[in-house]
Amino acid sequence: MSAEATSIPLKQRLAARGLDGLTLLVVPAILFLLALFIYPFLYGLILSFEPKAGGALSNYQRFFSDSFLYGTIATTLWLALPVTVATLGLAIPIAFRVRLMQNQRLLTTILVIPITLGTVLVAEGLLNYLGPQGWFNRTLMTLGLISTPVKLLHNYWGVMLSLVITGFPFTFLLTLSYLSGIDPALENAGATLGAGPWERFKHILFPLLLPGLAITFCLSFVQAFSVFPSAVLLGAPAGPTRVISIAAYQAAFEEYDYSMASAVAMIMAAVQLAIVVAVLAARGLLYRGPAGGGKG
Amino acid sequence: MTINAASFRELKLDRLSRDFGTHNALKDVSLTIGKGEFIALLGPSGCGKSTTLNLIAGLLPATGGGIWLDDKRIDPLRPEERGFGMVFQNYALFPHMTVAKNIGFGLKMRGVAKAEIDKRVAEAVALVRLQGQTAKLPGQLSGGQQQRVAIARAIVVEPPLVLMDEPLSNLDAKLRLEMRAEIRRIHNTLGATTIYVTHDQEEALSLADRIVVLRDGVVRQVGTPEDLFSRPDHLDVAEFMGFRNKVKGTVATVTEGHATVAVSEAQLSGRTRNAVSAGGAAWLAIRPEDLHPVAAGQPGLKAQVVSTEFRGREFVGFARMADGTDLSFLAHDKLSPGEAVTLAADADRVLVYGEAA
Repeated sequence: MSAEATSIPLKQRLAARGLDGLTLLVVPAILFLLALFIYPFLYGLILSFEPKAGGALSNYQRFFSDSFLYGTIATTLWLALPVTVATLGLAIPIAFRVRLMQNQRLLTTILVIPITLGTVLVAEGLLNYLGPQGWFNRTLMTLGLISTPVKLLHNYWGVMLSLVITGFPFTFLLTLSYLSGIDPALENAGATLGAGPWERFKHILFPLLLPGLAITFCLSFVQAFSVFPSAVLLGAPAGPTRVISIAAYQAAFEEYDYSMASAVAMIMAAVQLAIVVAVLAARGLLYRGPAGGGKG
Repeated sequence: MTINAASFRELKLDRLSRDFGTHNALKDVSLTIGKGEFIALLGPSGCGKSTTLNLIAGLLPATGGGIWLDDKRIDPLRPEERGFGMVFQNYALFPHMTVAKNIGFGLKMRGVAKAEIDKRVAEAVALVRLQGQTAKLPGQLSGGQQQRVAIARAIVVEPPLVLMDEPLSNLDAKLRLEMRAEIRRIHNTLGATTIYVTHDQEEALSLADRIVVLRDGVVRQVGTPEDLFSRPDHLDVAEFMGFRNKVKGTVATVTEGHATVAVSEAQLSGRTRNAVSAGGAAWLAIRPEDLHPVAAGQPGLKAQVVSTEFRGREFVGFARMADGTDLSFLAHDKLSPGEAVTLAADADRVLVYGEAA
């Protein structure tokens, strides 16, 4: 290093590279991440290759040769993907309506309450409302629409409904914020050029919203994929809603095979990652610039 | 040239009003605009000029009055049913579409065939001189080029009316002059009726056939640029048109079209613009470039120099009268701060407004 450069105090040179006292505030976050994410992940990864019996890969071999185990991947996807699509399908039209409303905050607050209730409370509520003697079936029977109660609990639909209810607020809020980021002048420009509401959605708003929807899809999907409480409380954990987290739970706390449980967790992560990477790769093909109409 | 303005005789705003809650953004604005005219809506910010434009475009519903295109009432129509072209202040180009797609959007919405769209887009691109840029996204263009795309997009559909909302306010000074000439050239080529919103009186004077001056949601004056420049009807319009010196005095004598006003011990004559009666209070309005220092004994406004700025050919001076009135004037020589100065202007360069104005 030249004499001139060394004559500048070290502190100032570090500051020029963006390292100053404030940078230290990152340290707790890094420690937190290391202790609660990186370490358990690596520990689990190594543990999954140290099975109770057999070679390093025997946990994985067992998983993929037993349909009772590998079947949970399809079961979970069969829940998580439709749930994500359904929540997005609900969130988009509602966000389009809400963004034009005067009392946006009140409505947003009401819509967000389910997120604060937690999965278990929602599951409890659904057990009461959707049960054979719940108001839902009783109302339909009183109206004469059905003669025997519709079975909505302890099967696929119970879990599906509870996941949509608990997942919706998050998906909705994210969609609303992406939608609010689109310059309203673009829609006005579309209107003056002769585009009706549907055409403005199809040609202007939806293409600009799509990259944000891809992110929303990923985050909602990951949430739905790791379903556990509602699959147990509202589903049929032995059969149609035997999701992958139940397989991991059983391995860990019923067979006391932590190595196998770790392997299941790793497979779960890999499946999630595969879906997320696929969605993000597709997003890479889209327009991802600013959603504004011109010079800022 | 296939691009030409669709036909209509006149656009009429009939007592058009718009309230925002308790605030009246626009009060009973009536105006008739003929085919092919270039109209500038001029006024300070908050005067209601953009509101007027949005009402005409249909982006904002009126709370009173109506808009008529010949015999057809258009204010109940949605913007997409009116078919006017609009250029937005921030251009509002679709960021995910190429230049060609942006320009062709209106034609596509009208169900024009692909080959015809390509042909007309190419013509519009040539008109705004953007050849070779059509495959780019708006984000890859400069501000001036984006502005040209916005103009091409608005005019390619041959709208009966082109609305422009401060289209040059985001450009730098040099580009603004260039684009101003460009807008005038395109208007001359197409003859499209244009309503142009601006707060810059120089822009309005140089572009428009007629100028509408708005203030607090009310039309103050409608006239040609020459009318407004030399014969503003009201003191506030005069001030906006560059009569920056406002001096209050008492009317001494009134003759046909002229009045002499006493300001402390001095007397100044000027042209009257409204009812002025001897003995009443009146305002004198004088442009800085018409106010000059004269020899000490001569009649004129007595003031003390505050500062002078060099402007190339002459000096712009700032002075304060004994009653605190600020004056700006032109001088050939540099004056030092604190110096006493007598300022006078030719009688036909001074406007006199009675107090009621």
